[in-house]
Amino acid sequence: MTSEETADRIERRREGLSHWKWLTGVWLILTAIIEPVIYFLIWPHLPPGNMTSSARGAQFDMMVLTMIAAPVMVAVLAYFAYALIVFRHPKGRPLVDGPPLRGNLRVQTAWITITSAIVMGAFVFGTYELIVPAGAGGAEGPSPIWTPASHTELPVQVIGQQWIWTYRYPTFGGFETTQLMLPNNTEIAFHVTSLDVIHSFWAYQLGVKADANPGVDDVAFTQTNQLGRITVRCSELCGIWHGAMYGYGEVVSPSAFETWAKAMERRLAPATRLLPPFAWTYTPSANGAGGGYYPQTDPYYDKTLYDQGRSGPEGNLPALRVEKSQRVG
Amino acid sequence: MQQSVLTALLGSAIGYLVGHWLGNLIASGYPVVQSSGYNNVAIVLGLCFGVVGWMVGIGTMNYPLAKLVGREPVPESPTEGWTRFFKMTLDHKVVGMQYIVGVLMFFFTGGLFAMAIRTELLSPTTHYWGPDTYLQLVSEHGTIMMMMATSLVVGPFGNFLVPLMIGSRKMAFPRVEAASFWIFMSGFLVILAALPLGGFNTGWTGYAPLQTEAKQGMDCYLVGFAVIGTGMILNGFNQIVTIVNYRAPGMRWTRLPIFVWSMLATSFLLTLATPVFFGAVYFGALDRTVQTAFFVDAHGGSSFLWENLFWFFGHPEVYIMALPGFGIVAEMLPVFTRKPLFAYKVGAAGMFGVALLSFFVWQHHLFQSGINPDMRPLFMLTTELISIPTGFIYLVGMGTLWKARIRYTVPMLFCLALYFNFLIGGVTGVYLSDVPVNVTVHGSFFVMAHFHYTIMGGLVFAFFGGVYYWMPKMTGHMLNDRLGKIHFWFMFVFFNFTFFPLFIVGLLGMPRRVFEYAPRLAHLNDFSSISSFVLGASFLIFVANFVWSIWIDPKPAPQNPWDSKGLEWQVPTPIPYDNFKRIPIVLADPYHYGEPDALPVADLGGELGLASVGAAGPSAAAGAGTSRTGAGDGQSRIVGGGPDE
Repeated sequence: MTSEETADRIERRREGLSHWKWLTGVWLILTAIIEPVIYFLIWPHLPPGNMTSSARGAQFDMMVLTMIAAPVMVAVLAYFAYALIVFRHPKGRPLVDGPPLRGNLRVQTAWITITSAIVMGAFVFGTYELIVPAGAGGAEGPSPIWTPASHTELPVQVIGQQWIWTYRYPTFGGFETTQLMLPNNTEIAFHVTSLDVIHSFWAYQLGVKADANPGVDDVAFTQTNQLGRITVRCSELCGIWHGAMYGYGEVVSPSAFETWAKAMERRLAPATRLLPPFAWTYTPSANGAGGGYYPQTDPYYDKTLYDQGRSGPEGNLPALRVEKSQRVG
Repeated sequence: MQQSVLTALLGSAIGYLVGHWLGNLIASGYPVVQSSGYNNVAIVLGLCFGVVGWMVGIGTMNYPLAKLVGREPVPESPTEGWTRFFKMTLDHKVVGMQYIVGVLMFFFTGGLFAMAIRTELLSPTTHYWGPDTYLQLVSEHGTIMMMMATSLVVGPFGNFLVPLMIGSRKMAFPRVEAASFWIFMSGFLVILAALPLGGFNTGWTGYAPLQTEAKQGMDCYLVGFAVIGTGMILNGFNQIVTIVNYRAPGMRWTRLPIFVWSMLATSFLLTLATPVFFGAVYFGALDRTVQTAFFVDAHGGSSFLWENLFWFFGHPEVYIMALPGFGIVAEMLPVFTRKPLFAYKVGAAGMFGVALLSFFVWQHHLFQSGINPDMRPLFMLTTELISIPTGFIYLVGMGTLWKARIRYTVPMLFCLALYFNFLIGGVTGVYLSDVPVNVTVHGSFFVMAHFHYTIMGGLVFAFFGGVYYWMPKMTGHMLNDRLGKIHFWFMFVFFNFTFFPLFIVGLLGMPRRVFEYAPRLAHLNDFSSISSFVLGASFLIFVANFVWSIWIDPKPAPQNPWDSKGLEWQVPTPIPYDNFKRIPIVLADPYHYGEPDALPVADLGGELGLASVGAAGPSAAAGAGTSRTGAGDGQSRIVGGGPDE
């Protein structure tokens, strides 16, 4: 190698370093501005709020992912902006080829290492945030494997049908309402099922989503910790009125809930008697929606409860706070 | 009468009537038919026979049928003139251009449906269409666009460019190639036939049991996807066989253009994933016609089965819609940066990494379905892993831009737009893959915006970049530069204006496929809707540009207007029927920009205007080339026979 070539190499290297310095500087400044903005200004406003444990968890996860994604996006966009300005071909000049760089082992290794590290980090974080908060408000199917630490939870059955959501409270005689009422500071176990096609129960403010499948008891957990209104929408296309399949509800204080539920149980007793006895899934009648539904044999179903429900003076079921040990299917 | 699209239409009409009659003969006595008044057997058989009639009418069956009955088949002669675009042809270049018009028919029809959807969403409560029509529009839009996107690049550019890029005179199976195009177009008729039959209301995902109870238009969805799927499989294996066996001497795997690598990876997905879906739509058709219960819970089936089968195909399919876009941009970048492709091997490996992983991620669509929750961490891992090989395409792009000489031509602008759009699409994909966050974003407009950013922002932008880039070689005319830039900026800006607000709308709680939404989301939806109308109008600029540059004010394009080193640019324009006078001997990869000592990409035999290499150069290098590729010698013998052997 002649000394001229060496000098040329050093010159090119110096030029490359100055590009890198610029880029790193821009990236550092932008990241230093954006990260606190995300943490302090954006985090509190991220969906779906913090009404329940799962909503708060989703909000936290979204913040973390945004804080990871922001520097990556800033780096890529800053690089593109820099390259597109600095490395453009001057207009009107004859076409000249660029330097024949076919690869750079260090750059390639660094790229693969960094992206793999980010991905593995996101995976470990996501798995922790899924398992520890008992499924993070997501659907866990009929035999949930990540369950809440508390031993008592309020079971609420969510029944999707074309095109309305109804709720049955097995703890209070299995009465059925169209309004989702929940006590505050309580662990809730949603048992979502469908009478016809696939729906998806999306209680936005609760951070809960679970598909309602016919013949399946789909369980999702969350813990309420704030009073407020709830909007429920269907998020799986279920036919013509899918867009109009929404309802409302409220998280109220435990005593208010108790009063409401007892009153409803009494008031609705005549109607409850006409309903099919409470079960975790129902087989729709041949007529489909609105044509009545019948209990299916399933591991949760208890024959004695069924009989009491039929014959009792008010169709009343005994308290059905499910113990964890009992729930294993 | 010569066979053309007219005889094909006639054949499909006859076929439909025969099938419909047969279906009525078989099933009109079924209790379910008598009680409902709907005979799905007649519709399904009518559609199937109609497609067969179409394929017979266009002439794809002539050769195999003649062989079958032991007659000497009449060889198809190369046809000339504009009528050849309406006939079955063995010229891969004509098939490629037919595909361009075909996919644009799909795209513009689907785009009109999209604007109709956005019209309904202008107001949270006032309805322009009503819920039934709205769902038909949503379903038709989704299905047509998905059908289009599976072939958007593999069809036009795969068929047109792959033989040129690898130095072959034809695709491996020219008749299969023609059949794959014509069966693709019959899918267009089948899916539009759903509208007079009452449409279908399941969206493009077609979830059972809603599918089972849907109107007769659903049969068009099932048969339509089977038909399109057949075309995908045919096209896929044809590409694989061509790429593996028809490379010219010296075209080693390390010299293969990156676009061909992307076609190869995509073709594996086409051939391996589509049969699963073919089975699924077959089950669905059986459930609807002869009352089997594959997907009916009450009779021993399961709605999960459709979800599993659908997404087992559906997720590889998503990458069928991403990889070709990557291939196009990686192919164009070196030309407009005047630099070799950076990290070529990493890019090719990335495409195969994506292709392989795409078979292991399908249950991330079912995170909230209640299906095996213990698998959730695994599918979260595989889904997030796929962002590593996808990231390679950014490594390739960013490395190629480093110290480049960037020319801002229209194709280059589309190429850069892909990097911008796909960045947003990819990063939002990580949110979706994270199960706790997925609880909120699943099934919302967030997902919808995400996949529009990847498919439209990625593949469709790459497609239009490809059209501007290769049009001079295809038609012999440059598209107008100024109109092209106006088209690009309108499309890019209003694409982002249309879809970015929908991320926010989704995060604020708006589910997909609804016709009513919370009034507080009206402003964002209006902004998106109005932008979508401008986005739609931007394609009129493209059409105007096309008409202007090809017919009104045609300017002959130079042989190699972009100064590319690609093999496809070294042949004269218009490209002769046999592409190469003799099979070229490939001497180098097409990316040796800035390497003054490199050999030209291929030795074309001197007559075809290649910058001549020294007298001793090509033969010596050719010897080296052939000796190092095992396929070399056999190759020239196979191809030497020409298309009518």
